[in-house]
Amino acid sequence: MMRAVDAIMECLKAEGVDVVFGYPGGANLPTYDAMYDSGIRHILVRHEAGGGHAAEGYAKASGKVGVCFATSGPGATNIVTPLTDAMMDSVPLVFFTGQVRTDLLGTDGFQEADTFGITMPIVKHSFMIQHPTEIPRVVHEAFHIARTGRPGPVLIDMPTDLTRVEIDYQPVGDVRLPGYQPTTEGNQKQIRLAAKAMANSRRPVIYAGGGVINANASSELTELALLDHLPVTCTLMGLGAFPAPHEQWLGMLGMHGTRTANYAMDEADLIVAVGARFDDRITGKLSEFAPRAKFIHIDIDPAEISKNVPAHIPIVGDAKNILGRLVQEYRGLEPEPARLAEWWDRIEQWRVQHPLRYEDSTDSEIKPQHLVQALYEATNDGDCILATDIGQHQMWAAQYFHFSKPRRWIQSGGLGTMGFGLPAAMGAAVAQPELQTVVLSGDASIQMNMQELSTLATFGIPVKVVIMNNGYLGMVRQWQELFWDGRYSAVEMSEWPDFVKLAEAMGCHGVRLTDKTTLLDDLRAALAVDGPVVIDARVTREECVYPMIAPGQAARNMVG
Amino acid sequence: MGEPGTKELLSLEDLEAASGVRTGRKHVLSILVENKPGVLTRIAGLFARRGFNIDTLVVGPTDDDALSRITLTVDGAMHPIDQVTKQLHKLVNVLKIRDLEPDEAVAREMALFKISADAGSRGEIMQVVEIFRAKIVDVQRRTVIVEVTGTHDKVEAFERMVRPFGMVEMARTGEIALSRGRGET
Repeated sequence: MMRAVDAIMECLKAEGVDVVFGYPGGANLPTYDAMYDSGIRHILVRHEAGGGHAAEGYAKASGKVGVCFATSGPGATNIVTPLTDAMMDSVPLVFFTGQVRTDLLGTDGFQEADTFGITMPIVKHSFMIQHPTEIPRVVHEAFHIARTGRPGPVLIDMPTDLTRVEIDYQPVGDVRLPGYQPTTEGNQKQIRLAAKAMANSRRPVIYAGGGVINANASSELTELALLDHLPVTCTLMGLGAFPAPHEQWLGMLGMHGTRTANYAMDEADLIVAVGARFDDRITGKLSEFAPRAKFIHIDIDPAEISKNVPAHIPIVGDAKNILGRLVQEYRGLEPEPARLAEWWDRIEQWRVQHPLRYEDSTDSEIKPQHLVQALYEATNDGDCILATDIGQHQMWAAQYFHFSKPRRWIQSGGLGTMGFGLPAAMGAAVAQPELQTVVLSGDASIQMNMQELSTLATFGIPVKVVIMNNGYLGMVRQWQELFWDGRYSAVEMSEWPDFVKLAEAMGCHGVRLTDKTTLLDDLRAALAVDGPVVIDARVTREECVYPMIAPGQAARNMVG
Repeated sequence: MGEPGTKELLSLEDLEAASGVRTGRKHVLSILVENKPGVLTRIAGLFARRGFNIDTLVVGPTDDDALSRITLTVDGAMHPIDQVTKQLHKLVNVLKIRDLEPDEAVAREMALFKISADAGSRGEIMQVVEIFRAKIVDVQRRTVIVEVTGTHDKVEAFERMVRPFGMVEMARTGEIALSRGRGET
């Protein structure tokens, strides 16, 4: 016999959980009492949103399930944003929330919120504990659901009285969920069809998304591309799935993707979508998206097939499994590489005519794009985990920081959550302590969760925080400049706070960089400092991210 | 072109996209779900969130205590029905979904109509009730309540017939359905 909360700790250990991010409160006191001598590492964040995003960063960097604890009421509502973020980006998480005692449920008790109801549309699944004896089975079901199929967040809401009850704990063996049977094996006939279509295509493009990263299928994807010299583009979520820079790499596609990638999609005769969901930031105007192409769509989630763009050859299953078998089939067909010569000539033309470019400053001013390039160089060609927040800096990082490996790029793609970067970087650094972890943020985004700087200091997590500081909500300013007649409404961030002083107050090292001529050396020096560092890099104030597909426009009408 | 088992390649012109088609008719979905808290909310929430309209929805027990059956009707002209069912399938508590073809299933609904009826019109109403094999279940001085069971179309037709007498109010259950034959729905 043991308390249900002690059984939870046993379950966590059985699931291989080595760290939990969280915040205690009244309703999860029993959980924290069990935590006390569980031997599981706990990172006390400064806000539950920070804990949720840290769990996301941990999951994205490691591929394991991230875990976060929060109390009832405000603790639970504070994790709504990380839950939604994880749902949009298919991040495997299990969140445990405290709930008021069962006799208080529904009475508007102190710190009561309908967590189960509030979070229902933003979780892959959720559980409301009814009986203490079901807790161990529920915990294992939650982990199983979070990590298998299309990964996602799972929430367990636990009335505090039920968690204190002594139960007869027996380790749980197999999880059986009759209503949850994700398809992992792709259909062999469909795979063969796909290979035959690819081998006959003249203008193919592989379009890979975050699903490739989630499936750990980067090497299979790369093998497929190299087999027949196929051009590859990735979504924002997919960066790192194919090694960049590479001769077959077209750059990212979509709203701020390269012209080469977007034009290739526009003229392609066959698009091989892998673990990607044809988001509006990719397709632009849907009716004019890739008008000449047939689509092979590989995805673990059947509901993504033909949701936005009708698929000609749908293949439902795990990308690693399917790509591995597709390589086999494809190799057997001995495709004729010469048929792609004309296509590559066309691509080469675009590359020469439309490289990513910006006008560098002629004085010592730091251009934001230059800051990203310098950061790439200062980290030995991106040998680090790079997290970002949301906005211009994120797009420039996607464009100029070449990701050669999966799980090195941690950002919020679908939801676009400002404040994600710092805590997510913290989680990533905890997951991969042997790697350097850098977060590139903006002066606006960083302020949305900057309380976590003191978490970094407290736990000695050596994240390097680079703030691309232009004193604006840069991306909103850009849209106001381009689409709202330059009427800058509520986008000035002013000069406060003083990020160097703030860093020091939070127990981090702070440094301000303003001079392009010494930027690289200064960055290297700051990155070499032990412990957490905040680098306030002042950049050109009004710079726009280009090229760009204006919202609702077709890819071939890119501007800038 | 592209026959299985051969090395013949597949002509891209031959490829056609299949799904995402709007069928243009009403669909009756029979959904077997685990009898757990929040399941109905999940389904209703999913429909609301994805912009699918529910025409009718009925929930009730099955012969297994652990399971409930939800029968709902959706307009296939408004929404690609495969997208609706695929989204439903993602719910962990949903065990089985049958999109019941009209001629392979029996579907019925029940309705109660409270109709104005005085001594003058009562006889005529009773004739209509007789023709539709409906039942008068309550008689008051100025109203009757009629119970009708049948297909959706029959209930609609009955409603059209009695409305001119003066409809005081009505309640309809929405359709429930089972597939014909030995196989389970």
